[in-house]
Amino acid sequence: MGIEGIGARVLRKEDKRFITGAGRYTDDHKVAGMHYAAFVRSPHAYAKIKKINIKAASKMSGVAGIFNGKELTGDGIGNIICGWMVHSKDGSPMNMGAWSALATEYVRYVGDAVAVVIAETLEEAQAAAEAVEVDYKVLKAVVSAEDAMDPKAPQLHPEAKNNIIYDWEIGEEDATDAAFAKAANVVEIDIRNNRLVPNPMEPRSALVQYDAAEDHFTLHTTSQNPHVARLVLSAFYQVAPENKLRVIAPDVGGGFGAKIYIYPEEIVCLWAAKKAGVAAVKWTASRSDAFLTDAHGRDHVSKAKMAFDKNNKITGFKIETLANLGAYMSLFSSSVPTYLYATLLSGQYNIPNIHCNVKTVYTNTVPVDAYRGAGRPEATYLVERMMTTAARELGVDPAELRRKNFVQQFPHQTPVIMCYDAGDFGASLDAAMAEIKYDSFEKRRKKSAKNGMLRGIGMSCYIEACGIAPSAAVGSLGAGVGLWESAEVRVNPVGTVEILTGSHSHGQGHETTFAQLVTDRFGLPNENVQIVHGDTDKVQFGMGTYGSRSGAVGMSAIEKALDKVEAKAKKIAAHMLEAAEGDIEIKNGEVMVKGTDKKLGWHEVCLGAYTGHNLPEGMEPGLKEGAFYDPTNFTFPAGCYICEVEVDPNTGVTTIEKFVAADDFGKIINPMIVEGQVHGGLAQGIGQAMMENAVYDDDGQLLSASYMDYTMPRADDLPSFNVSTTETLCPGNPLGIKGCGEAGAIGSPPAVINAITDAIGHNNLTMPASPQNVWAAINDGGMSEAAE
Amino acid sequence: MYETNYHRAKDAADAAKKLRSSDDGMYLSGGMTLLPTMKQRLAAPSDLVDLTHIKDMNKISVTRKDVVIGATATHAEVASHAKLMKVCPSLCALASHIGDPHVRNRGTIGGSIANNDPAADYPSAMMALGATIITNKRKMKAEKFFTGMFDTALAEDEFVKAVSFTAPKRGAYSKFPNPASRYAMAGVYVADHGKGDVRVGVTGASQNGVYRAKDMEKALSKSFDAAALEGCNVDEGDMLSDIHGSSAYRANLVKVMAKRAVEAAAS
Amino acid sequence: MAKVEITVNGKATSANVEDRTLLVDYLRETRNLTGTHVGCDTSQCGACVVHVDGKAVKSCTMLAAQASGSDVKTIEGVAGNGALHPMQEAFHQNHGLQCGFCTPGMIMAGIDMVNRLGPKLDEATIRAELEGNICRCTGYHNIVKSIAAGAKEMGKGMKKAAQ
Repeated sequence: MGIEGIGARVLRKEDKRFITGAGRYTDDHKVAGMHYAAFVRSPHAYAKIKKINIKAASKMSGVAGIFNGKELTGDGIGNIICGWMVHSKDGSPMNMGAWSALATEYVRYVGDAVAVVIAETLEEAQAAAEAVEVDYKVLKAVVSAEDAMDPKAPQLHPEAKNNIIYDWEIGEEDATDAAFAKAANVVEIDIRNNRLVPNPMEPRSALVQYDAAEDHFTLHTTSQNPHVARLVLSAFYQVAPENKLRVIAPDVGGGFGAKIYIYPEEIVCLWAAKKAGVAAVKWTASRSDAFLTDAHGRDHVSKAKMAFDKNNKITGFKIETLANLGAYMSLFSSSVPTYLYATLLSGQYNIPNIHCNVKTVYTNTVPVDAYRGAGRPEATYLVERMMTTAARELGVDPAELRRKNFVQQFPHQTPVIMCYDAGDFGASLDAAMAEIKYDSFEKRRKKSAKNGMLRGIGMSCYIEACGIAPSAAVGSLGAGVGLWESAEVRVNPVGTVEILTGSHSHGQGHETTFAQLVTDRFGLPNENVQIVHGDTDKVQFGMGTYGSRSGAVGMSAIEKALDKVEAKAKKIAAHMLEAAEGDIEIKNGEVMVKGTDKKLGWHEVCLGAYTGHNLPEGMEPGLKEGAFYDPTNFTFPAGCYICEVEVDPNTGVTTIEKFVAADDFGKIINPMIVEGQVHGGLAQGIGQAMMENAVYDDDGQLLSASYMDYTMPRADDLPSFNVSTTETLCPGNPLGIKGCGEAGAIGSPPAVINAITDAIGHNNLTMPASPQNVWAAINDGGMSEAAE
Repeated sequence: MYETNYHRAKDAADAAKKLRSSDDGMYLSGGMTLLPTMKQRLAAPSDLVDLTHIKDMNKISVTRKDVVIGATATHAEVASHAKLMKVCPSLCALASHIGDPHVRNRGTIGGSIANNDPAADYPSAMMALGATIITNKRKMKAEKFFTGMFDTALAEDEFVKAVSFTAPKRGAYSKFPNPASRYAMAGVYVADHGKGDVRVGVTGASQNGVYRAKDMEKALSKSFDAAALEGCNVDEGDMLSDIHGSSAYRANLVKVMAKRAVEAAAS
Repeated sequence: MAKVEITVNGKATSANVEDRTLLVDYLRETRNLTGTHVGCDTSQCGACVVHVDGKAVKSCTMLAAQASGSDVKTIEGVAGNGALHPMQEAFHQNHGLQCGFCTPGMIMAGIDMVNRLGPKLDEATIRAELEGNICRCTGYHNIVKSIAAGAKEMGKGMKKAAQ
């Protein structure tokens, strides 16, 4: 590796604009003729729209137009789709209800958009939106998944009887039941995975520019995948044909899944700009809007049991899960509690028989979709709480029970689709145990006890699947898109390089790490490489960034394009130097003939490619290559997290004394950036474990609707983290990368809860382990998770 | 935010005059509660009369143990006032944990007590310190001033000019912050004024806003020791209950915070 | 309408704005200084932190009219003479930012912390003092490191200035 190549801690190129205030986020853009949109939103969780009166509002100053859902559908704007088809176990397709970007007959969650006002200033738009009178017939709402299945519960969509979207299964039920019949021990747990609000710090925003002469739209938006946005806006919502719609996702302030989806606001602003006859419309969410309308995450309830033989080897695992998908099916919502969840229920363990049944339901809450980890945190939480609970019930050390059941041979086919390709689970467990001084924990526990404090230790050995692919495989499982990635490498005549990628960076540092690939390959300085992303007019196509895919899939596409560039450059150089192609080597910015002093500067070869004066017979001029990369398998990052906590029994306040992470991400391009990804993931996972909780009241009002009530992790809630890596290369992609973006959020919640339950001495603890919940658990044995 | 008219008051008389001549005006001090409320369109004063430019109204004076704090003194100013720190460090400590550093640079003691948020910190101190609230019209004891959640004895055009009190022999404030908002879920200010005069102000926990815990005061006046609180009962029925804390949890916190305040004051 | 006169990053500015205009909107919309961000509506996230008369405040919770007559410094004004401010440099060196949205507020809070508490800041102090700044990307680990390093560098500058 060079000092700026693969494996180097290269400082980020993109930092300068952000630390000087020169970042350009969507809301920072201003254009001529810009109007503002304000939405009229439902204050009710479930109601029939009787009448919308815009008479007074439309006369207010600055108002350019007020439009409703009937006008939207009347203009042929399509309903919002869910892009992943899941079939119930009886073979029937999922029961998808209609979702119009502006409600037509019914509103189904607090915040559901009913109408939009376009006005000259934001204040005028807001004032007019407030003056729109909507006459509702308020209906009884249902907010919890358990209640939604009651036949007497309010029915949200005519398509979904008893609000059930699908009743799906994976694995062999008979074989699993047989394993339980023969089991020496069976361990059971009830688990609730709390609902979360993603909260990227930049609220969502959309700026539409409409060029009437060309009938052309430009949309600046807070998206993790601008090309997917353009495709869906075009093909499904019929806002404009793809060639008349340019989508730009400029600097984006965090995503975490919440900015994958194409929301009603983007659709409506595009349509309304043209309808109102204005040149541009901007909408930016307030944080309150974000709480009420960004797709939420998690919200599962599960019952699980695990069978063991007399040697404590796992023989079976059976799970029933109920997932709340909210009022409508968001873009990838169907895949989260199925293919992204149940396929990981084997964890790091050799489990011969697994069966999982998943039901999903509609409720009068914000739609639920992928949030950092998406399904895999839910699986990991279930498996790893189970393993620790089992160890306690079987009277063995939690580390030893895990070690005994680890998958040791690769590839390993699990009973739930996944085939693990590589890993060394013992190595990360050993590393984490050594780092936290696992063996001397009991001494520390005694010391805490002397001060009246309860100390506990808990671990989590997670595995996850990233870089979802290959496209044909996900297609067969119901995905509406392919999950490959594209890249184009443009070498300029002076030898500098532009990389156009379909991945999108919203904090991940692609401008730096992607450039490291070029530096590593050709020895060019990092500053000579520019990364271009986030603009459908510049980058031909791409699938965007989510599911920890930009390294394993996005960078692999760049590698493939670089292969082609390298091959052509070598051909040109061989011709220019009159040498055999196989003898050409590119190093440190020079192109040389191996074993001789014959060489050319990289820039000379590049210039040669563009002058075309002296190219091999029949070769086209230029040096620009593209590639589409479709992986052969998922990648499987894995690791071990151990958490040590101290609980104050008087208040229930829990302090994380130490948190150790040992991850196997395969090949690491920039350790500094990877560590940063782990830190951030851990904070979100610890946030879920101890703080964050989206709570609705019985009427469907979101009680945790601002930072006054939704506990965001702050600096003084968290420790410094102790992170390290072990390495087994991923055999499935050219770089050996596994992916690192979600691991922290996936692996950490069970480590924290296992530690706290260890401290308090029993398992009845509801996540999040807020001071109140921990205090209640200590004082009255806690609430049963399923009952809460 | 709805439209409003902003005015700067030159002096106390000017402030009252400006308020009286407005349709539905409000006084503005640091604005740390009022402005967010206006942003949420939950308040719509026709006029805002800014008190922070009234000369010397942010002065803090300490004469032996007698303290006068001007209403527009910011939390940061109270937290770092050297003379106050000498005679009443517990109040400085309280101020240093209100909101966050940026909020403390704007928020004022007068604004805080005039708003009387049930989860605000200062009201408990005013009760425990036996403070006098000085307005542009009169003086009154803290107990008369705080009349219930978000409610005070202030008349329409009346505003707080200063608070005054005699520093106690010893005192401490112990707060359990709401994990999300960081406001007090239970905050207990214990002040020992000597000769068996102990006062305990409790904020954040009760349905009726700030209150004096009379049974704790009685127990502590006999023996200023955390153990003396063991027999005191905090009535769950009086406590607030929300997603962050049931009334039982809050009742427990009041007692735990009271003990911690006594321990801190006694040490 | 209110006539506001505010010195922004050393330059006198004035404009007639609605009385309800927040300082952050004056900076972003009237002055085109979009480095100061809005991340919440309850005065908690700190993405909007600027310095008013040398003190860190949340510009989303102050009217432009309240700031009239004051000296305001924003993220765009902290670097001088073509060189980054040591706190900015420290965030770069320590990977103290990811998406960059909270970063201007973090840097302004970090500088204010040193101005108030001096250049020697331990981890617990930095974490406590960041109560008013929320980050969703970094887990704060590298922000804490950045502020400690930036403080140290600012200390060297203070020492030099004193000599």
